[in-house]
Amino acid sequence: MRTLIFRTAAPYLTALMLLFSIFVLLRGHNEPGGGFIGGLIAASAFAIHGIAFGVRQVRKTLHFHPMAISGFGLFLAVLAGLVSVIAGVPFLTGLWTSPTIGGLTVDLSTPMLFDIGVYLVVVGSITSIALALEGREDD
Amino acid sequence: MILEQVAASDFLVVAPVVIGIACGALLLMFRHHVRWQAAFSVFGLAAMTAADAALFARVAAEGPLVMTMGSWLPPFGISFTADLLGAGFALVASFVAMLCTVYSVREIGATGRRYGFYPFLMLMMAGVNGAFLTGDIFNLYVWFEVFLIASFGLMILGSEREQIDGATKYAILNLLGTALFLIATAYLYGVVGTLNMADIARKVDLLPATAPVMTISALFLFAFGMKSAAFPVYFWLPASYHTPRIVTGALFGGLLTKIGVYSLLRTMVMLFPEQRLELSGVISWVAVATMILGALGALAQSDIRRMMGFLVISGVGLMLAGLALGDATGLSGAILYAVHSMLAMSALYLLCGTMNEYGGSFSLNSLAGLYRASPLLTAIALVLFLAAAGLPPGSGLWPKVVLAKAAIDLGNGWLVGAILVSGLLTTIALGRVFALAFWRNSAEPGEPVDEAERTPVVPAFGSLIMLTIPILLLGLFPEPFIRMADAAAAGLLDPSAYLRAVFPAAGGGG
Amino acid sequence: MEAAFSVLVGLFFAVGIYLILSKHIIRILLGIAIFGNAVNLLIFTSGRIVRSTAPIVPQHLDVLPAGAANPLPQALILTAIVISFSFFAFILVLAFRAYQEIGVDDTTGMRVAEPRGEPLPPMGY
Repeated sequence: MRTLIFRTAAPYLTALMLLFSIFVLLRGHNEPGGGFIGGLIAASAFAIHGIAFGVRQVRKTLHFHPMAISGFGLFLAVLAGLVSVIAGVPFLTGLWTSPTIGGLTVDLSTPMLFDIGVYLVVVGSITSIALALEGREDD
Repeated sequence: MILEQVAASDFLVVAPVVIGIACGALLLMFRHHVRWQAAFSVFGLAAMTAADAALFARVAAEGPLVMTMGSWLPPFGISFTADLLGAGFALVASFVAMLCTVYSVREIGATGRRYGFYPFLMLMMAGVNGAFLTGDIFNLYVWFEVFLIASFGLMILGSEREQIDGATKYAILNLLGTALFLIATAYLYGVVGTLNMADIARKVDLLPATAPVMTISALFLFAFGMKSAAFPVYFWLPASYHTPRIVTGALFGGLLTKIGVYSLLRTMVMLFPEQRLELSGVISWVAVATMILGALGALAQSDIRRMMGFLVISGVGLMLAGLALGDATGLSGAILYAVHSMLAMSALYLLCGTMNEYGGSFSLNSLAGLYRASPLLTAIALVLFLAAAGLPPGSGLWPKVVLAKAAIDLGNGWLVGAILVSGLLTTIALGRVFALAFWRNSAEPGEPVDEAERTPVVPAFGSLIMLTIPILLLGLFPEPFIRMADAAAAGLLDPSAYLRAVFPAAGGGG
Repeated sequence: MEAAFSVLVGLFFAVGIYLILSKHIIRILLGIAIFGNAVNLLIFTSGRIVRSTAPIVPQHLDVLPAGAANPLPQALILTAIVISFSFFAFILVLAFRAYQEIGVDDTTGMRVAEPRGEPLPPMGY
């Protein structure tokens, strides 16, 4: 699999897929898309990178262990639910705010935070499974 | 939409689950800091137990507590509904898990921690609490899967051949069990058109007579029977529960089968009371077969961990007997027995681990002379064995008395006989363990106990003693426990308070 | 349409159960995958299969128009698919490990946890 063509193309593919995964994640609020599918796309980007350059390279690039990324995502999702304690509404209620940052109105919400959490959970767990399977092929 | 403000104290109903998931997530993030993991998990489980205790106290004082996720109105949103039964079971389960974690401090080494024992443990406890506290049948399925997938991780920790063999059988058969649960849920949704348990409870009576409610309840009985290791479908339990680490065995043996029993009580008694009445003949046969065969299986084992697996099964039979009786006293006995079983079975597994520390084996053929090695362990073992056999002063006595009384009241003499026979067989099996492992002299008499080999076992004894205290309390001062169990059973038999809590406007209906 | 789906679900269940009854782990796994899909199809069928009306509440109404398909089962299936996907991946890896460690994919040969001919406990001292 590690042909010259593939190794040249893989970084561009990975970068493109990661960008696309974030686009799909953010698009998911009102249109098809969302954290789960975005996470799957990002995980496949890392899997492609792993096939081209080896598992060790991916782990180095990621810096954090995939399961730690997963844990962080889970934690974000819980936080998204806990915001409602402060607002005094039932757990996991969607809350919105639209602050203006530098003349630009940005819509922020707890569902978005939750979705980012889902994204990270999926990225982490699927990447760790994929890397474990790819790593096994090496021995 | 729910528009009124929710007080922060109402978040108690989701607090145990939130604590479990948040702690699990944090532990996952800091998986390589092995030194802090055990302490952090004990802290997290203590917080979970405290939240459950506060929830239990509040439910006992004010009736069921409900929170519907995302401000949706029930039955459209997922309702977390804590009644006395769910909150009580969640409290005992978290308490047991906390003490098992104390025990694990020594048993789970750096490898096990790096592999993720503690994150899996916290996520499993989140799943267990979620299963006890949710008020939505599909959400119950999701929590089943959450604790199941965490339990897979715990079961193969160490990756020994024996564990992989046991885990394969455990995983496949449990996956089938949850698939059956999902089938039953699909039919139920197709017939009733709702997944909220309170909504199901009030709509099931209004269905036309041709609706296949009997099929659905039989499917639930089969699926949860498989989960709780009842007679024809219990073989996955003795095949797997003795293979993982002792702490894992203690958690599984104590908690997981009880979730099956809890779900049976919830569905069969609260949702399908008429169908339970019709099925009670089947359930009582299953109960008798489970309790007798479990005890017979325990008699035939020389490995004490496998014996405990069969004793778990035998206990499930007793809880099913309560379900078969189905009146207030019988259900109260089943609930009380489940509480006893959570405490006693976990303690017995931990005892097996400590016996192995002293005797160097799990086999009755080589264990000997433990009384000389540790009189304290012998005293704890005696209390636990008496409790499991249903003799005073242990906790097993009163649930059996309540169950037997209910059976006599309903004129079900042979069920009383079966309860007594299974108690006798359990007494023989555990008495033999005591005679062989504790009383029998070691093969090499006079061999001095090597002080160096006696590693400090303070956490082990600490958790064993802390588990023995509530067992003795339940044995010596049963009245408050029986009163609580009676109230929980009454809440199941007449769910109007539960319905009112979920649907305040509708007045509860039924 | 529902009748055809019922037959299909029945077929899936039959195939799944037949494969699960096999002795070989890999067939059991295939059986579980088909069994899971049968369950998903069952939920799907229980939500009515119609294509005349989309399950969107019109602006002037509070409930779905009559004859619309129920969207909730599809949400349920999505959850169930994700769960069964992760379970299947786990069991596949587990079965592979079992094959590596124990050397058989035949359940009658998997007796490591419960060895044949274990001695009975001693009858006396």
